Amino acid sequence: MSDKTALAEEVAPSGIEPEPIVNDLAIQVATVNGSGSQSSNLVLLRALFRMGIPVGGKNLFPSNIAGLPTWFTIRANRDGWVARKRNVDYLVALNPQTAIRDVESLSPGSAVVYEEGLRLERRRDDVVFYPAPFQELAAEVTREVRLRKLLANMIYVGLLGELLSIDVEEIFGAIDSQFRSKKAAVELNRRAVEIGIRHARENLVKQDPFTLERMDKNRGKVLIDGNAAAALGAMFGGASVATWYPITPSSSVVEQLTGFLKRYRKGPDGKATYAVVQAEDELAAVGMALAAGWAGARAMTATSGPGISLMSEFVGLGYYAEIPLVIWNIQRVGPSTGLPTRTAQGDILSTYTLSHGDTKHVCLLPASTRECFEFGWKAFDLAERLQTPVFVLSDLDLGMNIWATEPFEYPDRPMDRGKVLTREDLERLGGTFQRYADVDGDAIPYRTLPGTEHPGAAYFTRGSGHDEGAEYTESEEAYVRIMARLDRKFETAREMVPPPVVDQTEPATPLGIIGFGSSDPAIEEARTRLREEAAIEMDYLRLRALPLGPSVLDFITARQRVVVLDQNRDGQVLQLLRAEYGDRIPSGVLRSLRHYSGHPMDAQTIVDYVTEMEIGAV
Amino acid sequence: MPTPDASSRPRKVNRLGLTPSDYKGKPSTLCKGCGHDAISSQLIRAFFESDVRPHQVAKLSGIGCSSKTPAYFLNHSHGFNAVHGRMPSVATGAVLANRRLVAVGVSGDGDTASIGIGQFVHLVRRNLPLIYIVENNGVYGLTKGQFSATADENAALRSGEVNRLPNIDLCGMAIELGATYVARSFAGDPKQLVALLRGALAHNGTAVLDILSPCVTFNNHAGSTKSYTWGKDNEEPIHILDFVPAMDQIEVEYEEGTDQEVQLHDGSWVRLRKLERGYDPTDRRAAQELVLEANEKNLFLTGLLYLDTSKRTFLDSLELCDEPLALLSEDQLRPPPEILDEVVASYR
Ligand SMILES: Cc1ncc(C[n+]2csc(CCOP(=O)(O)OP(=O)(O)O)c2C)c(N)n1
Ligand code: SF4
Ligand SMILES: [Mg+2]
Repeated sequence: MSDKTALAEEVAPSGIEPEPIVNDLAIQVATVNGSGSQSSNLVLLRALFRMGIPVGGKNLFPSNIAGLPTWFTIRANRDGWVARKRNVDYLVALNPQTAIRDVESLSPGSAVVYEEGLRLERRRDDVVFYPAPFQELAAEVTREVRLRKLLANMIYVGLLGELLSIDVEEIFGAIDSQFRSKKAAVELNRRAVEIGIRHARENLVKQDPFTLERMDKNRGKVLIDGNAAAALGAMFGGASVATWYPITPSSSVVEQLTGFLKRYRKGPDGKATYAVVQAEDELAAVGMALAAGWAGARAMTATSGPGISLMSEFVGLGYYAEIPLVIWNIQRVGPSTGLPTRTAQGDILSTYTLSHGDTKHVCLLPASTRECFEFGWKAFDLAERLQTPVFVLSDLDLGMNIWATEPFEYPDRPMDRGKVLTREDLERLGGTFQRYADVDGDAIPYRTLPGTEHPGAAYFTRGSGHDEGAEYTESEEAYVRIMARLDRKFETAREMVPPPVVDQTEPATPLGIIGFGSSDPAIEEARTRLREEAAIEMDYLRLRALPLGPSVLDFITARQRVVVLDQNRDGQVLQLLRAEYGDRIPSGVLRSLRHYSGHPMDAQTIVDYVTEMEIGAV
Repeated sequence: MPTPDASSRPRKVNRLGLTPSDYKGKPSTLCKGCGHDAISSQLIRAFFESDVRPHQVAKLSGIGCSSKTPAYFLNHSHGFNAVHGRMPSVATGAVLANRRLVAVGVSGDGDTASIGIGQFVHLVRRNLPLIYIVENNGVYGLTKGQFSATADENAALRSGEVNRLPNIDLCGMAIELGATYVARSFAGDPKQLVALLRGALAHNGTAVLDILSPCVTFNNHAGSTKSYTWGKDNEEPIHILDFVPAMDQIEVEYEEGTDQEVQLHDGSWVRLRKLERGYDPTDRRAAQELVLEANEKNLFLTGLLYLDTSKRTFLDSLELCDEPLALLSEDQLRPPPEILDEVVASYR
């Protein structure tokens, strides 16, 4: 893991007590996957969280089950910045495969806690080394060899606890939460932590400046991953049919949804008010969900890259035949299988226009776990109101990593089930209706559900050419009419989707940034740093949905330079802005910042880019 | 003319007070004489005679000449002509959303045995309540006559092209995969077809009907094993089949001794008048053997090949509530705020 282009930090000359750095560090644990370090990492994260310090946890893992390198990074930051930080301050080096490189890539002044057998201390003289005999210490906890391996992970929690002054009671509390009902596991893990603490006290001399102190920044907050938030949102959105096919990083959406539904969505007779189906592939998953939406269920599926490609044909059917459906796309690095366990925003254009022919889709762009929850339920309202597939584009960073957040807000309005005619409505209308007619002038037609007890309720759904009465036709007039209405329906959608969030000064600064999704924390951090370190003000427009609303053009035209931040190679949102607004955007205004290493977005990259650009602009 | 029994006597009005024309569809646009149209007519008759409420029916299909036919029967039922080979997933979604729907899926041999074979396999395995009709003509009709995977080995196209690959036997596969009602029939045998369709309507589970349905335009010549003449000459029923609706039982003359009867879920009976071979359709191994044997001897066996009324359906496996998911109210779908508080608290 070497993307160490960050500024080298000033390191204090040895012998002089360094100024303590309080509540501002990135801890990275380097292990092999399958070694069971995840619980230790979560305990560490939760202990810091309960000390009231803003934290976030990111897992950088391989597409593999066991034996390959994995890094878990915890960033604690008193100001609340928890985006990825490129330089690591505290490394826990347990993986012989990567230890040397991991150490070499550290900035001067960092600290390394490591298995002493790795003999890393000879590698650098500008970082602090804290060796420990992990296996020996674990052997004190238990004689059982298999358990010893697992508990070695808890030893570093103890070591870090002592070195960084983490509150032991919070560590113990986090262990209790982690191993909930298993008393024996709680005891063993506590012992391992105690042994780690004792070893640090007796054998290590604190030489680095990093330390943690209790704050009060997490009151009322929770720690959750975006996919869990999405699943919860879906449950409170009334999801009744969820179909899927396993794929990283989206699997945990429906897996966690299943857990919630089992618990909270049984009728009084104990029977399920939902159906979850693990389909044979994504074609079947989306076909089932689409037909369930057609028949009146609140239907959804979740997938990533390759799965989205497979769903393409059905999505076009959903668009043209006007069927509600919610699809979560938890983006990962493509093309093809790409880097399946790395993050990207690389499916914006392909999802927005998924399928052949003229198609365009409503896409929601959550930037936080709160928005994953909110869009989780709102997506159903939009899909049913607009009678069309609605996408929610999250990504691996947002979906699988762990974020501290304010609790979610319960939906503030009843469900919108859209324009569905009942038997009574049909009677009132004299027994007939036109499935694809624009009655209300908003280009959204009326539908009936199969099973509606009225001879006039039935209509025929097809992906081939059809007229307002849903009859088969190859008439060019009918084709053009229906396609033009779909275009107008998209204009209705433009008004309904969540508008961008704009944070701007009065009067507007000449410099702006447009970003979306998981780039948000890095953008906010970069704006603060630019303001404080370089006196650069940068207004910010965060897209929350496609199609783009009118305020986006206003934001751009009011400024001289607007950075468009894409986590993809081709500047996909930049392309969209250009396609949408054409020469209404003066040339030279849009600047494209593209980050596509597969790592989550970090603030430094933005700071560097903007600083250089602004120097040039002066 | 003497009528054989009450159940097959054409009635002008059924128990719902509906006439056969209430079950009609739009005029067909298929070629004159296409086997698929014959099947649509028998579907109309079967739904009429079985007193099925048209609004309760959902017609699902893939893409192909065969898949167009849901527009040509049951005008008062919702229809969904989806994408090529994916009728099974569409049927699954519709039935999950509304378990009260009577789902009838129409597919072709290209639709099912090639592009959609994966979905066919998994649908059958789940035992979703669905009547799955394969209108089997051994060719891709709509794309102008290429061989399909059910074309018999050594069968010839009119162009002279010969199929050198073995055929896929969908009935054999369906039995293997756990379908609970497996039948083979011929578009030119209306009586048997109606009885099989009515049996399928009374069955609870996946009913696979593989129906030889000649394509008069591309595959009805000498040398084709999917033509009308071949079907007529080679059809060998394994039994003569009657369908006896539960309500008709008292009216029916009971001929003991020669029959085997199997009761279906709604109380109706399928009565199988044994031919010489004395075939028992509830014996899975025997059914598999029969299909293998027929393939080896190039026999076209028709009738109810296999029936299992005990296996649970997909809806039972999912422990779905009785009310259709599509009709649940907001109270049933959205848990109260206290639940959100409870879940959120577990993430502290
Ligand atoms: C994805 C896709 N590939 C190809 C086609 C072209 N296509 C339309 S119908 C058909 C074959 C239909 O054959 P079958 O299912 O046997 O129906 P038949 O017309 O013989 O009744 C094909 C290949 C298509 N519609 N979609
Ligand atoms: S091409 Fe063949 S299958 Fe298609 S309608 Fe004509 S006869 Fe029927
Ligand atoms: Mg065919």
